[in-house]
Amino acid sequence: MALETQTAPPKVRLDPVRWMRDNLFSSWANSILTIVAVVLLYSIVQPASRWIFTQADWTVVVANLKLLMVGQYPLDQVWRVWLSLLLTMAMLGVSKGVWSKVVGNVGPAYVLGLTLLAVLPFPLYGLTNRLWLAAGAAVLIGGWWLGRRYGASPTFRNGVSWAWVLLLPLVLLLLRGIEPLLPVIPTRAWGGLLLTFVLAITTIVFSFPIGVLLAVGRRSSLPAVSIFSTIYIEVFRGVPLVTVLFMFLIMLPLFVPGSESTDNIIRAIVGFTLFTAAYIAENVRGGLQSIPKGQFEAAKAVGLNPFLTMVLIILPQALRIVIPSNVSQYVSLYKDTALVVVAGGGMLELLGISRNIANQPEFLGKFIEALVFAGVLYWIFAFSMSYIARRLEAEMGVSKR
Amino acid sequence: MSQQAATLPTQSPPFWRDLRFLTIGGQVLFVLLVALVAGTLYANVTQGMAQLGMTAGFSFMNSTAGFEISQKIIPFEPQDSYWRAFQVGVVNTLVVAIVGIALATLLGIVVGVAQLSPNWLVAQLARTYVIIFRNIPLLLQLFFWYFGVFQALPNVRESIALPGNIYLNSRGLVIPWLEGNATAGTWWLLVGASVLVAGGVMYALKLRQDRTGQQAPGLLIGAGIVIGTAGLGVLLLNPFTVTIPELQRFNFQGGLRISIEYTALVVGLVMYTGAFIAEHVRAGIQGISKGQSEAARALGLKRGQMMRLVILPQALRIIIPPTTNEYLNLTKNSSLAIAIGYPDLFNVSRTILNQTGQAVSVILLIMASYLTISLFTSLLMNLYNQRVRLVER
Repeated sequence: MALETQTAPPKVRLDPVRWMRDNLFSSWANSILTIVAVVLLYSIVQPASRWIFTQADWTVVVANLKLLMVGQYPLDQVWRVWLSLLLTMAMLGVSKGVWSKVVGNVGPAYVLGLTLLAVLPFPLYGLTNRLWLAAGAAVLIGGWWLGRRYGASPTFRNGVSWAWVLLLPLVLLLLRGIEPLLPVIPTRAWGGLLLTFVLAITTIVFSFPIGVLLAVGRRSSLPAVSIFSTIYIEVFRGVPLVTVLFMFLIMLPLFVPGSESTDNIIRAIVGFTLFTAAYIAENVRGGLQSIPKGQFEAAKAVGLNPFLTMVLIILPQALRIVIPSNVSQYVSLYKDTALVVVAGGGMLELLGISRNIANQPEFLGKFIEALVFAGVLYWIFAFSMSYIARRLEAEMGVSKR
Repeated sequence: MSQQAATLPTQSPPFWRDLRFLTIGGQVLFVLLVALVAGTLYANVTQGMAQLGMTAGFSFMNSTAGFEISQKIIPFEPQDSYWRAFQVGVVNTLVVAIVGIALATLLGIVVGVAQLSPNWLVAQLARTYVIIFRNIPLLLQLFFWYFGVFQALPNVRESIALPGNIYLNSRGLVIPWLEGNATAGTWWLLVGASVLVAGGVMYALKLRQDRTGQQAPGLLIGAGIVIGTAGLGVLLLNPFTVTIPELQRFNFQGGLRISIEYTALVVGLVMYTGAFIAEHVRAGIQGISKGQSEAARALGLKRGQMMRLVILPQALRIIIPPTTNEYLNLTKNSSLAIAIGYPDLFNVSRTILNQTGQAVSVILLIMASYLTISLFTSLLMNLYNQRVRLVER
C-alpha cells in the first residue's frame, strides 16, 4: 500500500555550490577537515608534480625501455612477447563480454591505454611497436564483441574459463620456445617486466595444485597426512619470503647434489612456489570448511568413496568460492617477485633492472626516475587484478554478511 | 540370485577395498615416502656440509664476531660473540616491528574511518592513498623512501627544523628525549602501582554497576588516577631531564638520534601495512548493519556510547583476524631491512653466514626466530580475539 503512494524523489539539479556545501562544508568540523585535506593535498601534489615535470630526467627510462620491458630477450624474437600480450588481451576482451560486471572498467581502460600508447607521439618506440599496441586494442575489442555475442551459452562460458587455465602454460611455452618449432630462449636472457610476469605465472601454475593438495591433506582424517600438511603450512607461513628465497638460492645444491648448475630463476620459482602453496592451502581450506556437511552426506548416500566425493562434489564448489582470495594472493605474489633483488642470484626482473640501469655511468643517480616508472608498471597490473578480485567477490556474494 | 544376495553381507570385502586397510596402509606408505625424501635430503645435506667444511651445531656462534653493527639498542662490540650479534639483530627487528605495528594501527584506523567520511575530499584522499600503496611492491616503496626521500634530505647544517625541537637531516631524525635521573626507578614503580590501583577501582565500579545499575565514568577515573600519579611524581621526584638537541659544530648534541635507515624502514612498513589495515577497518565498520546503530539510538544511547558499546565491539570481531595477519606480515616484511642496510635479524644473520659459511645452522636459526616471533604474535592476538569474539550459546 505504501508502494503506490510513494512519489519519486525530487530531481536534484547539479549545482556545484550546493554540492560543495553538502559534501565539503556541511559543518564547522567538516570545513576544517576540508581545509586540512586541501593543504595536505597541495603539499604532496605540488612538489611531486614539480619533480615529475621539471626536475626528473626521464632519459634513463627512454634509453632503457626495452631492458625494462623484456630484458635481454632477443629483438628478433620479441614478437613472441607481443603475441602473448595479444592472446591475453583477447581473453580479457572475451571475459569482458561474458562477465561484464566482474571485469568492469578494466576492459575499457586497457583499450584506452593501448590506443593512447599506439597513437600518442611519444618518441619512445617505432612503428612496429605501435602496430602491436593497436593490434592489442583491436583484439580486445574483437574478443569483447565475441564474448557478448556468445556469452549466453554455458558451453562458451565454460570454454572461456578453461581457456584462462590453459593460457598461462601456453604463454610460458611461447616465451620459452620448443626446440624444433621455436628457438629456446635461455632464461638468463629474460628480464624486466617480462621476467616479473614469468616468475609470477610459473609460480601460479605450480603452487595451485600443491596448495589444493595441502588443504585437502590438512583436513584429512588420516593423522599422518594432516600433521604433515599442518606443519608444512604453518612453517612456510611463519617465515618471511626473503628467507625462503635466500635458502633456495644458497642451499639447493646442499639438499640436491648436482643442482649447482640449476638456473637461479628455477631456484627462485621453487622457493616462490613452495611459499605460495602454503597460503593457497589456507585459502582453499577456508573454502572447504564453508561446504555444508549435507554435501558430504549426500555424496556418501549416492555411494561415492571419499576420494570421488572430494574430486567430484566438494572441490568444485570449494575452489569456486576461493577464487577471489586466491587472486588476491596472486596479486601479492606478483608484487613479491621483486624480492629476488634482495635474495641475490642476479635476476633482473623489473625492480632489479631499474636498479641496474641507474648504475650505468651516464645515468648515475637517476634511480628514482627508474623506480617511479617501475612503480607505475607494477601498480597498473596489481591494481587491475585486485580490482577484478574485488568485483568477483562482490559478484559471488562472498563478502555479504 | 537370492542365494548370492543372502551370502553377500557375510563376505568381507577383499583387502584392497577395505577402508580400514586402505587408511592405515595409505598412511604407512605416506610416512615412508616422507621419511624417504627427508632421509635423502638429510643424507645429502650432511654429505654436502662435510665437503664444504661445515659443522653441525651452533658452537661456532660462540666465537668472536669481529664486525661492527651500526645501530644497536643493546650494547655490542666487535669482540663480542656471534650470539651477541644475533641478539642485537633480534632486538633491532623487534623494535621495528613493535613501533611499526603501533603506528600502522593508528594510520590504518584513521584512514579506514576517513574512507567512510561524509566529507568527499577526505574520503577520496584516503581511498587514493589505499589504492596507491597497496598495489606497489613494498621493496620498491622502501627504496623510494630511503634513496628518494631520506637520503635526499639536506645535510646536518641545513637540517629541516620541525616544531617541537625535532630536526631532520640526511643523517637521521633528532628528537628531544628524556634522560632518567636517580629517581626514575621510583617513578616507574609509582606509575606501575597506580595502574594496578586504577584497574582495581575500575573493576569495583563495574561490579557496582552490575549490582545496582549506578553508572560511573570508570575509564575517566582510571585514567585520572594514573595520569595524576605520574604528573605528581614528575613534580615531586623530578625523575627525568629533558635533553633538547642542539646544533654543535658538526653534529647535534643531546636528544635522541634515530638513523635514516630505521626511519625509512618504519615509514615504508607503516605506509604499506597501514593501507591494508585501513581496508580491514573500513570493511569492519561497513559490515555492521545499519539496524544496530538505529537500535542503539532508539535505546537512548548517546553517539559516543553507541560507537563504544554497540558498533566497535562488533566491528572489532570482523577487523581483528585479518589485522592479526597484517601484524604478522609487517614483522616478516621487516626482513627487507637488508635492502636499505638496517641491521635487523636477517641482515645480521646474513653477515654471520658470510663470515662463518655455516649456511645450514644460520638459516635454521633465522627460520626458528621468525617462527617464534610469528607464533608468539598470533598467540597474543588470538587471546585478544577470544575476548571480543561472539559468544555463541
